[in-house]
Amino acid sequence: MAGSPQTQTNRSAEKRTQQTMIDCDIHNAPQSPELVRKFLPDRWKTYHKKYGGRNYTGSYYPRAVPNAARHDAWPPSGLPPGSDLDFMRAQLLDEWGFEYGILNCLAGGQLNLEFGAAYARALNDWQVAEFTDPEPRLKASILVPFEAPDLAAEEIDRVAPHDGFVQVLSTVRTSEPMGRRKYWPIYEAASRNGVPIGVHFGGAGGGPITGSGWPSHYIEDHGGMPQSFQPQITSLIYEGVFERYPHLKFVMIEGGFGFMPPLMWRLDRAWELMGDEIPNCEQRPSDTIRKHIWLTTQPVEEPDKPEHFYQLLDQMDMDDRLMFATDYPHWDFDAPDLCFPPGMDPAVKQGIMSENARLLYGLSPTQD
Amino acid sequence: MIDTDIHNELPNLDVLLPYLDEHWHVYLSESAFVGPGANDYPSGAPISAIEGTSPDKGPPGSDYDLLVKHIFDDAQTDTGILTCGFRSGSIHNHDLAADLSSAVNDWQIEHWLDRDDRFRASIIVPNQNPVRSAAEIERVGDHPGFVQVMLPVRGDAPYGNLRYDPIFEAASNKGLAIGVHFGGAPGLPPTPSGWPSTYVEEYVDQAAIFQSQVMSLIVEGVFDRFPDTRVALIESGWTWVPSTMWRIDKEWKGLRRDTPWVKRRPSDYIRDHIRLTTQPTDAPKHNDIDQLNQIIDQLGSEDILMYASDYPHNHGVDPGAFLDAVESDELKQKILHDNAKQFYRL
Repeated sequence: MAGSPQTQTNRSAEKRTQQTMIDCDIHNAPQSPELVRKFLPDRWKTYHKKYGGRNYTGSYYPRAVPNAARHDAWPPSGLPPGSDLDFMRAQLLDEWGFEYGILNCLAGGQLNLEFGAAYARALNDWQVAEFTDPEPRLKASILVPFEAPDLAAEEIDRVAPHDGFVQVLSTVRTSEPMGRRKYWPIYEAASRNGVPIGVHFGGAGGGPITGSGWPSHYIEDHGGMPQSFQPQITSLIYEGVFERYPHLKFVMIEGGFGFMPPLMWRLDRAWELMGDEIPNCEQRPSDTIRKHIWLTTQPVEEPDKPEHFYQLLDQMDMDDRLMFATDYPHWDFDAPDLCFPPGMDPAVKQGIMSENARLLYGLSPTQD
Repeated sequence: MIDTDIHNELPNLDVLLPYLDEHWHVYLSESAFVGPGANDYPSGAPISAIEGTSPDKGPPGSDYDLLVKHIFDDAQTDTGILTCGFRSGSIHNHDLAADLSSAVNDWQIEHWLDRDDRFRASIIVPNQNPVRSAAEIERVGDHPGFVQVMLPVRGDAPYGNLRYDPIFEAASNKGLAIGVHFGGAPGLPPTPSGWPSTYVEEYVDQAAIFQSQVMSLIVEGVFDRFPDTRVALIESGWTWVPSTMWRIDKEWKGLRRDTPWVKRRPSDYIRDHIRLTTQPTDAPKHNDIDQLNQIIDQLGSEDILMYASDYPHNHGVDPGAFLDAVESDELKQKILHDNAKQFYRL
């Protein structure tokens, strides 16, 4: 594929990790609003031009850097980070030798649900035209109007058969906890089409990011993601979603994973004590989690002592559920050669770097 | 032994009438108000009471003689920290919230603290109104029985927010600790994605709210503005602390220029300023001693944990069970007694 020759030779020999790698969190972004509008029907084209998107407002924390992007991720073409396919190939796929990359386009939920459905549809068509058709190493996530589950299910049925798509995407900040029945049509459609649901860092559901109101600083918004993922896992498990949809799989993306052991312990204990309130949750919560939930590694946990990191993996007992991710082009990028403490078992590492994702997303091997 | 979480509850709202102005007598009787309903412990749910703690009349924890028997005679507690669960913060009428808080504190003095000096208690404040909270701390903070100010973990904003400075200033002036306790009902959803369907779900979710409060207290600068501040997290669970330390330290490494007053690593602030009570202990399956022992080691301090029974609540696990994972007698002694003695300056 067409990386620039200059970057292909640049540092790659030292930086490559001598193993197959799949990046499970790459952010592709529209080159411009005009380009996405090309994929909208006339009615919504005019609407978007006149009124723009309507999102939950009043929850913005100025980020550390523009577009939350690495300084060096702004392409020479002048396009926004993540929108220039050639530059993404050169800086990410070729530079590190990724066999596949999973695209998670963060478009933002829309309050006008009909527009949201049309916009998601346009973005999906745009992803095929601009990313997955020209670059077979890239697989995309299906954008859906998550708060309008009937429309979301329609869109899943429309595009899931295309081999450029490998999962459905939501952000973690939904309007209601994800296990609630409102969202079940989405899970039914995902099950029907055999695609996992990816839940990514961020979003806005209309309420504050903590269970005690709005914090003051970006560090609390950015650092508040583990606290946003935990209640979603709790909701999915306790509402019995996986008992109802036994083939459904979830991927928790960019939420960290250090919170998992204590969360599983708490879920199990509370279920033992008060499981009578949630009869649809039939299986032991930690067993259901280990069966149905995958997690990406970035931003990786960084205890001072490497042995604490490996204690964490041991407590989780989910070596076959962790999947490597860089979060390119964002500032908190994890580099494949440096992000884990030394001493990881080679077989575990191979699973995390590529094989767990290969199995989950059904990606065929392209290298020996 | 010091027990750092014992719930002394009102038998009913009428016991507050002697401490309230005539105006409120009329208001309460005409409105038939029976108290702020946070429903933190649904009365019929297994969590609300350990077997044998429900008195003939009134909620568990409301019968003085029964509580004294269970805590001091049966459990051999030397000092008991009372953590009344009255949720003033759920009352949108700030005047009523403030005056009811004062009445609860007067009731605690007369019916608990002045009757047995083995008790210490927590000052109830209208946390949604920091100015009135500070006035209440000023009013009763010199009573030797009060050792902390009680804030429910669910408030209107994370407690590091500048609006709460009067509370931390008043507590510092009186040498009182801050106790952040499970529960509360400010009218905002308990999760970043709305309202959960069930009680058990909300119960589990509150551990994450404690994590948000830890983050806020540190990065919003409470410990820098009020360096004497000591915070106890009560009924929070505690096995989540190591991973939370790793996460906040990492965030700080990347974003510390946004909060330049935070001079040290957040985990250092936690070890210096924050303590956690031990019930409930969210322990690995079958109380796996090795994994629990790892968590204790990962805390990086022997001073953080303070023993609690959380009387009369039932978390499905014996309050002392986790001690099996504590290898050294010295650490056991710290958890059962010394840490709380030092923290509450007993």
